[in-house]
Order: sequence, then structure tokens, then C-alpha cells
Amino acid sequence: MTGVTQSQSQTQGGTSGQVFGGYRSGTDTFDEMYDGTSCRPDYMGIQRQMQRLSVQEVQARADYLGHSYLDQGVTFDIGGQERPFPIDIVPRLIEAQTWSHVEAGVAQRVRALEAFLADIYDEGQVFRDGVIPRRVVTSSPHFLRVAKGINYPHGVRVHVSGIDLVRDGNGDFRVLEDNVRIPSGVSYVISNRRAMSTALPEVFAHHRIRPVSQYPAKLLASLRACAPSGVADPTVVVLTPGAFNAAYFEHALLARLMGTRLVEGRDLVAQGGRVLVRTTNGLRPVDVIYRRVDDDFLDPVHFRRDSMLGVPGLLNAARAGNVTIANGVGNGVADDKLTYTYVPDLIRYYLGQEPILPNVDTWRMEDAEHRAEVLDRLDELVVKPVDGAGGKGIIIGPRATKTQLDEMRKRLIADPRGWIAQPVIQLSTVPTLIGDTMAPRHVDLRPFAINDGEKVWVLPGGLTRVALPEGELIVNSSQGGGSKDTWVLAGDRGAVPEPSPAPAAEDAVVHPSLRAGRSAEPDTTQSQPPPTESAQPQRQSQSGSGGTQSQSQTVQTSFGGER
Amino acid sequence: MLSRIAEALFWIGRYVERAECTARILDTYLQLLIEDPVIDEEATCRSVMAAMGIDYGEGTPDANALLQTLLLDRTAAPSIAYAIETARENARRSREVVSTEVWEAINSTYNAVLAGQLQQRRPADAFRFVRERASMISALADSTQSHDDGWQFIVLGRSIERIDMTARLIMMGNYVSGPNGAWALTLRSCGAAHAFTRVYRVTESPRAAAEFLLLDRLFPRSISHLLEQAGHCLEELDPRSRRVGFGGDAARVIGQAHARLSYLPLTDLVTDLPREMEELQRVCADATQAIAKRYFEGVVAPEWLTEAL
Repeated sequence: MTGVTQSQSQTQGGTSGQVFGGYRSGTDTFDEMYDGTSCRPDYMGIQRQMQRLSVQEVQARADYLGHSYLDQGVTFDIGGQERPFPIDIVPRLIEAQTWSHVEAGVAQRVRALEAFLADIYDEGQVFRDGVIPRRVVTSSPHFLRVAKGINYPHGVRVHVSGIDLVRDGNGDFRVLEDNVRIPSGVSYVISNRRAMSTALPEVFAHHRIRPVSQYPAKLLASLRACAPSGVADPTVVVLTPGAFNAAYFEHALLARLMGTRLVEGRDLVAQGGRVLVRTTNGLRPVDVIYRRVDDDFLDPVHFRRDSMLGVPGLLNAARAGNVTIANGVGNGVADDKLTYTYVPDLIRYYLGQEPILPNVDTWRMEDAEHRAEVLDRLDELVVKPVDGAGGKGIIIGPRATKTQLDEMRKRLIADPRGWIAQPVIQLSTVPTLIGDTMAPRHVDLRPFAINDGEKVWVLPGGLTRVALPEGELIVNSSQGGGSKDTWVLAGDRGAVPEPSPAPAAEDAVVHPSLRAGRSAEPDTTQSQPPPTESAQPQRQSQSGSGGTQSQSQTVQTSFGGER
Repeated sequence: MLSRIAEALFWIGRYVERAECTARILDTYLQLLIEDPVIDEEATCRSVMAAMGIDYGEGTPDANALLQTLLLDRTAAPSIAYAIETARENARRSREVVSTEVWEAINSTYNAVLAGQLQQRRPADAFRFVRERASMISALADSTQSHDDGWQFIVLGRSIERIDMTARLIMMGNYVSGPNGAWALTLRSCGAAHAFTRVYRVTESPRAAAEFLLLDRLFPRSISHLLEQAGHCLEELDPRSRRVGFGGDAARVIGQAHARLSYLPLTDLVTDLPREMEELQRVCADATQAIAKRYFEGVVAPEWLTEAL
């Protein structure tokens, strides 16, 4: 894995008095670096290199990280206050084999969500085949009827996505949440990498880490690829709500690294079905808008009238095919948490494959049986609003008071469409520098994917968020969360086989275009059964995440109030 | 270049320069308060504040009040802390355009202000810090950014602010203290004392000092030089045709002021210096307004026109 030389490999094992001295993993969680007190093989290089530094030295390096972030202005906003984004000194490692699994799983999911969005904003075949009830989609606040009839070049609506993953008690990756509206956090992936390479050069140099710096180029290329047809040299702009937005740092960084304009709504004018940008030399046409403004605020003509952040007439220009809005309008219906429960079925339906990355078991409150069970076990479960962001409204059963639970019960009965329930998840841990000792802290992972219409590319890295308070599982930066640099190791050439997803189970409902191929196979002589009235039962096998463990933990993954 | 970005860059230029000039003024006059045994502290403080556009009102301003309002008070528009904060806010808004190094220089200066460095240092040291930081930011802008329109806006802002501040300083020199050393003081607070001595030797001639600060073509802080520089920026931004015309209202305002200064007999200039200086401040305000109208408000387009254009 690493280019460790002879002399280095005979250094110390790992005893107390050293950086990782005395570290031990929790008993019922999966620690990614240590199994009990012994270091896992993947992390040997990091342990060995970091143990060569004194505790004071490691602390000094950590201080440097914080200091350099302050000077560079790598910050996020909480309630109008800028704070440096905390980054931990211990990197998180993902070796090549594991990563190729994640990569394939994320890409598969994005492809399915693309197909799903294209379908529901078009003929809605998926409803007719009974894979997902129509009302689930139409009752979502993010299903926008005005988004129908907008043509997306190459059929791309999910230009950028962030799929939130967690590792359960067995170390298996599971999808916690999809973000296909305006996922943020990639700027921290880029700046974390740069900061870490200066803070821990010796550790860095002993690993073959896949770079993340190509992200802006990939993003720009795919945005340009998705420009309206007939534009030879498309102009791309990044649309930001402004300097007071929580993710403004990211908007500015991406615009700077891509070399595009960073515009606010007032800089753009929609005229005669075209979008133009005001410059000191007059109005100039814009072809692609990478927008970081929510649907609601995008166009006061169609959405919120009082929005000062949007551009009146933008949607009409998109409808006329003169400008591409990325990510697409109305994508929110695909990352609705109730839709989430159907995604495994959607993958089978549209791609004819079994999901590579499983969901976290989820109860739909709409389903009478599920609801009865959840209401019965409310004190053991996590209840989340389906369109919640920033961790708002989440109730963690084991931690809630009786009055909170009673209140929750009432709200669940009053609005079953608005909620889902999940077992308390044991997030994996990674050693994190707290004061002057290493302690296990819970992490999640948000890989970013870019779709250019031909291929879904997954950035080898992703944002690892870490919950800094002890025992805390809320990794959100607005709730005291930090981050880690995520190192995806390069595999030996050709040594990592491409994971191939299993074909969808025999009894799964698949899209008409896939049915022909299926029935042509020798074994499958029968044609598809008529659409069934209900979808697959959502409860997956009870193995895996240890659904009912009582230790109170949950995860909450919206990022900085925006996604 | 986006109108909004152009505006931010212009104001970065102005606020960074304002911080520097204010530091120079405070440095000089605080030293004067200490060194001159017969000085009327209250009157001096009042006139410094008046020159910066502050009406102190009731009470007796002293050196501390001066430091508070012009250096530390983050809510008072004429203070250095405010100027740094505003420059930083503008840089944040134009962050994809200003070079990384300029941004980091401005941002770390701002962080130092937030951390209370201006209070903790001795005043003279704090002024040096501000001066050095301002020079660093300007130099980084000059050496790490393309000399395109954006950079022209920074330089334009810097020049106009420097004209404005120099005019205020010269005026203040007239109010403050007797004839003795007033000009020496002004020269020092403009950072021109050394350059002046190199050219005119040690003299206490007010006429020579006025000539140097107003008309010297080679000294980069003289008003004549600055007007020329501002005019040059405007021409770059809006190239005029070779035969006739000029680049917009701002260029006219600046050009007229430059011509007046250059061709008026020195004696006429010096006889009513305060009025001339007030006039220059008005020129700066007018030019800023014209620039804002021409470049920052955008070529105002009707928002709801359907098929026109």
C-alpha cells in the first residue's frame, strides 16, 4: 500500500505515550482504524508515520491547520457569523477496493435518480407500473409542476450530487440520504486536501492518494457539455444567493477555480427568453447557470414572489431552451426522504440491477402497518421529517423526553406523509485529536458525483464529517461538527476489479424498455406480471445495522442548512 | 467584468488607501501632541476630526478620543478598523476575482483587527502595521493580478481616495497650529517629507511644499500625479477615440481638475488653498458618482421588457 522503506518498517508498534497510545475502539461500533487496540492493516502507514511525531508536534500541526484556514477564509456561516471550518489532523483512509464499491454504488444511484426524475416529469411510466405510488411524488413539496416541459440537454438534471453514506456496525456502507438539489461541501474536500498536504507532508508522502484537484475542471467540462445545443463556446456562471449564504465560501471557490463569473440574481437579466449578465461593457449572454439558489427563490415569476435572490423570467428562458439550469428545477422530489425509501426499487426498475449500496432500514409512516410498529416503538427509533434540512425536527427516541414523544406521536398521526422512522444507526468511528489525546469520533461520508450525460464520475474522496463532542452522532457543521480529509488510495494497476451489480431479482418490476431483454433470456419465459398495487415491502432484512440497539445515536446529515 | 464586482474592487482600492492615509495622519498628529508643549490639544484634535468629516460635538476631544474614533471604533465610518472591515467585506464579495494572495492579505489583516491587535500594539506600532499591510495589499494587487479592467478599478479607487485624503491633509495643515512647521507636518503625514527634502533641500517654504504636494509630476502621492493616474485608468476603462472626446463624465471631471491645477499660477492656488482643497474633495465625490453611474449601476436594462431589444 505504501512505499515504506526497510528502516521505517522496523519502528515501534504502538504503545502509550505516543500519538495513538491508549486508543481503543468502542465496543459496539466499527472503528475504521483500530480493531480493539490493534491497528487495521490499511491504517498501518498512518499510525507508523504519525507515531514518529511527538504529541506536541501533532498538536502544533493541528494548530497550523486551524490557523491557515482562518487566514484563507475557509469558513462557513452560522447565523451570520463566519467560523473557520474545523478540520482534524488524522485523515480518513478508504482503500481502493472499498472505494470502487462505493463509487459504483453512488454512480448507480445517480443514474436511477436521473431516470426517475426524467420519468416523473414526463409520462410517469413508473406510476403505471406501480413501483412508487403517484401520490408519494405529487404530495412532495418539491415536486414542481412548472418544471415539466423543460428540456435538459443530454437528459442531465442531476449535474452534481452528494450521496450521504454511513458505515454500520459491520463496516458496510449504507446510503443515509440523497442530495440532488444543491449539495454542498466539495470546497472543503479541495481545501482540506491542500491543507493536509502541508500539515502532514511525511504521512502524505507515504501514501498513494488519488487527487481531488480535478473536480473544478470536471465540473466545468460537464456544465459546458450540458449547454443548450448550438452554442459553440458556452458561458457558464455560478449563481450564489450572496455573501451571507452559509456556503458562500464554496460558491466563490468553485467560481474562482473554474474561472467563471460568480453572479447574484441581480446581476442577471432575463429578456426575450434569454439570460444575460450585466457587465461594465453591457449585457452578455449566459448559457449555463450552475445555481446554488433553492428552487423556491430561483424565479419570482413562478416561485416565491418576494425572492430577491432570483431572476424573473429565468424559468421561461430555460423552457425556451436557451439556458441550462444546473441542477435541474424540481429535483427535490428525488431526495425527499419518503422517495428515498423507494430508491432500491427504482434502481431495480430503471437499471434492472440490484442496488450496490443498501439503504438504511426505514419505516414509512404512511403505511398503516409500519406506522403502528413505529408508534409502538417510538422510544427506540429516530424520526425524521421527509424534507428536513440542517437536522431540524429530528427526534431521537432514546434521548427524547416523554412529553416530546407524546407530542411527536400526535404529529405523526396528524401528518404521516411528513415523516419517516429509522433505527438508531451505529456510525463508524475514526480517531480524532481532542485536546491532546486521540479519541474515537463518529463520521459519515459524502461522495460527490458529476454527471455529464455520458458518465457519472465520482470524485475520489468526498467529505468526511466528524461529530466532535463525545458520543455525538450529529456531524453537521452547524452543530459542532468538523471534517477530515478523506484519502482514497490508488490501487495497483488492474488489481481492482470493477464491481458488477447483480441483475435485479426475478420478481422485481422493471422498466418496459428492460423487459424485452429479460424475457429473451432462456430462463425467463414468462412475461412480466401486471403492475402490482403496492411497492416492495420496505423493511429490509433485519441483519446489518443492528436496528434496535439501545445506545442513543443518530445521524443528521444536512449540510450547513443547504443542500 | 460584472458591475457589482467592479464596484467591490473600486472600494477595496479606496478603503485600503483610506486605512493607510488615516494611519499616517494619526501617527503624525499624535506625535505632535506629545512633542509640542504649547499645543492646544483640544483644538488640534477637533481640527483633525473636522478634516475627517467628524463633528465631535460636546466634550473635549483628546488623544484618546482621536484614537478611539479614527483607529479603533469598528462602527465609525472614518476609523481604520471600519475601513479594513469594509475592504474585507468587498473582497469577500469579489473573491473569485481578487487574487488569492490579495484576499489572504486583506483577510489576515482583518483577522488581526478582530483579534484586537490594534488595541494591543502601541499606537505607533499599530499605525506601522496598518501602513505595511496596506502597502502589501496594494503591491500584491499590482503583482499578482492581471492588469485588466478589474485592476484598473482598484487603482482608480486608490488614486481617488489618495487625492481626497491629501486634499484633506493640506486643508488640515492650514487649520492646525501656527505657521511654524505646519507644512512640515503635512509633508510628513503625506509620507512626503523625505522625498521633499531630497528635491528642495531643507527649507521651510510653504510655497515649495505646496508646489511639491500639488504639482510634482514624479512624486506618487502628489495630487497632480494622482489625477493623471486616475485619468489614465479611466481612459483604459473606456478608450476614447484618438481624435476627439473623452471617456465619460468621470474622465471630464478628473481632466478638468488636472488642467486647472496644472495651468493655474501657483500664487493663485496658494492664496485660497482651503477653497481649492475643498474643490478637490468635491471633484473626488463627483468623479465617484460619475463612475458609479457609468459602471456600477450597470447599463440599466428594463427588467420586464418582453421581446424588445
